[in-house]
Amino acid sequence: MHIVTLSQVAKTYHLDAVDVPALVDIDLEIRPGRFTVVSGPSGSGKTTLLNVIGCIDQPDRGEVIVAGQHVRQLSDDALSDFRARHIGFIFQNFNLLPVLTVYENVEYPMLLARVNARERRRRVEALLESVGLADKATNLPGQLSGGQRQRVAIARALAPMPQLVLADEPTANLDSHTGATIIALMRQMQREREVSFVFCSHDVQVLAAADDAVTIRDGRIEKIERREPQGAVTA
Amino acid sequence: MKTLSLALRNLLRNRRRSITTLAAMVIGVVTILIFGGYFRNIIYGLETQTVAQIGHLQIQHKDYFLYGTGNPAAYGVPEYRRVIDIVAHDPVLAPMLTVVTPTLSLGGIAGNFAAGVSRTVFGGGVVVEDQNRMRQWNAYGLPFIRRPLALTGTGDDAVIIGTGVARVLQLCRALGVADCPQPDTAPAQGASAPADVIALSMQESKQVPATPAGEARIELLASNVHGAPNVTSLRVVKAESQGVKEFDDMYVGLHLSRAQRLVYGGDTPQVTAIVVQLAHTGQIPAAKARLEELRATTFKGEPLSVQDFRTLNPFYNQVVTMFGAIFTFVAVLIGAIVLFTVGNTMTMAVVERTTEIGTLRAIGLRRGGIRRLFVGEGLLLGLIGALVGVVAALGLSWLINHSGLTWTPPGQANPIPLSVRVWGEGALILGTAAGLVVVAVISAWWPARRAAAKNIVDALRHV
Repeated sequence: MHIVTLSQVAKTYHLDAVDVPALVDIDLEIRPGRFTVVSGPSGSGKTTLLNVIGCIDQPDRGEVIVAGQHVRQLSDDALSDFRARHIGFIFQNFNLLPVLTVYENVEYPMLLARVNARERRRRVEALLESVGLADKATNLPGQLSGGQRQRVAIARALAPMPQLVLADEPTANLDSHTGATIIALMRQMQREREVSFVFCSHDVQVLAAADDAVTIRDGRIEKIERREPQGAVTA
Repeated sequence: MKTLSLALRNLLRNRRRSITTLAAMVIGVVTILIFGGYFRNIIYGLETQTVAQIGHLQIQHKDYFLYGTGNPAAYGVPEYRRVIDIVAHDPVLAPMLTVVTPTLSLGGIAGNFAAGVSRTVFGGGVVVEDQNRMRQWNAYGLPFIRRPLALTGTGDDAVIIGTGVARVLQLCRALGVADCPQPDTAPAQGASAPADVIALSMQESKQVPATPAGEARIELLASNVHGAPNVTSLRVVKAESQGVKEFDDMYVGLHLSRAQRLVYGGDTPQVTAIVVQLAHTGQIPAAKARLEELRATTFKGEPLSVQDFRTLNPFYNQVVTMFGAIFTFVAVLIGAIVLFTVGNTMTMAVVERTTEIGTLRAIGLRRGGIRRLFVGEGLLLGLIGALVGVVAALGLSWLINHSGLTWTPPGQANPIPLSVRVWGEGALILGTAAGLVVVAVISAWWPARRAAAKNIVDALRHV
């Protein structure tokens, strides 16, 4: 069973008198427990695709199934609850809450997912240890470097133990060395926790690390590469 | 993470803006409380002054209130001693009473026979000891200094008059009244007075000893119970300002026994009112209900009615209504200022935190959670503003109350300390604080609603 299934998904933006098709009849299946990268030129529709998969944007038509749930049938509140429990987000600009400490930022999604206090504490400590920021738990995001903030964002995304983590250009605002470290960290976390990661990225380091690679152009799937663990590639 | 904790941190994020908003709210609360405390003090002062003079309730002839002032003698209460005795010893009323005393209102003409001047006057006869006890009523602990009536310890023929009466009757010099100019033109000499009145005055003046040098006397002419004129000669012991010129120019006050002799002569004496003063104004409904019960049972068949001081003195209600309207106007004005100030602050916060709103929504916070977050910030602003405002108002009122400033309220002759009554006014404080919090929450509601309605993708793209 796939973690994400899109069938005939279409989305058009209406800008004044001009209609801009962002997604055109997308059929896509994303395998569970994989490191999947969506790539394509600017304006190709990859961010829109990620938003639809992340249930923060609705397609004009088509079917979207995430973690076995037909998400278009859900109300706004039910979608919020669904995201809180099943989907983690990593943003290009980290998007940490500036008034919360590192610890609290990681803990916050678990409050939304109604995880009990003891379990929250256990998970936050374990995650901060995993991303190497255990000593920064009481710091505010403004006191951290870009790489450290993205580590916190990774920990936050994984805290509610989602089945799917979405990352939109997670290394775009980092230098290449830090970007490589972050990719390695995400890869490691993905393998340890058997979570499905879906990225939007131009970064060749990200592309190289991917299990599956989806190329999108002008709102259409151009190519899907599925790399088997042994290194075999299936198109 | 509780919503209010997050809201508080967001408020602290932009401290200058939060402090500016709080300052507007604090000034609003202080203004309302100081104005409210000042108005409250005036109302309490007016109530105290009224109750000290006319009591809380009066038992009168049932038609006296409507028609009696034109002919007080015809609307008296003949069995007043029995009524007073029953009221004073009633097991329900007795615990509430401070004073039950008779009064007799009368109108007439006061003349200074020696100077050949006269004028119409209105006043009454009172039991001086009872009136002195009534003047001590001060249920609100106001800084009044109430001196005993000038009639205290005087003989039956003593009278006090308004300074206006003293001026017209040319008694200022004899009574030592300051700031009392004499007329430039000499008054017409007595020829215009009716012959029978002159005869009565002459007869009365022969019955009293010759006026010692420096003593002021007047002749008071009034209609007796049979409609005939009667006159009595009185020794003026003091001229007192009554605060209101119209009253000051007409007032005479004398002993009840003398007033009764003037009006009723040798007939059974009556009074026009039995004044009932209670320990607290809040006891009026219970006391009035009991008096009505007595009226329907014990006093059945006697033409009596019970009036409270608000009915007897419409000026009190007019002042209360006027100050209520002013206070409401000020409160609404300040409420509007707070509404727009907090609304503006929250709107700016929503714009600045659009990306944050998108992030929170993306990671699973419901629209209701976003609304609660911003409304929570408004609530906290309201609570902090109300708390600081109340403390500041209490401090400022303390300073004003200890500043030594004085003022002369309308209807009073002497200045009193300027006082602002905030401490102890629980309803005023709670009402103002709650009103501010409600206004702050309402003003945060609209920006919060807009924040919650934002499209997640658009919010995340916001720069």
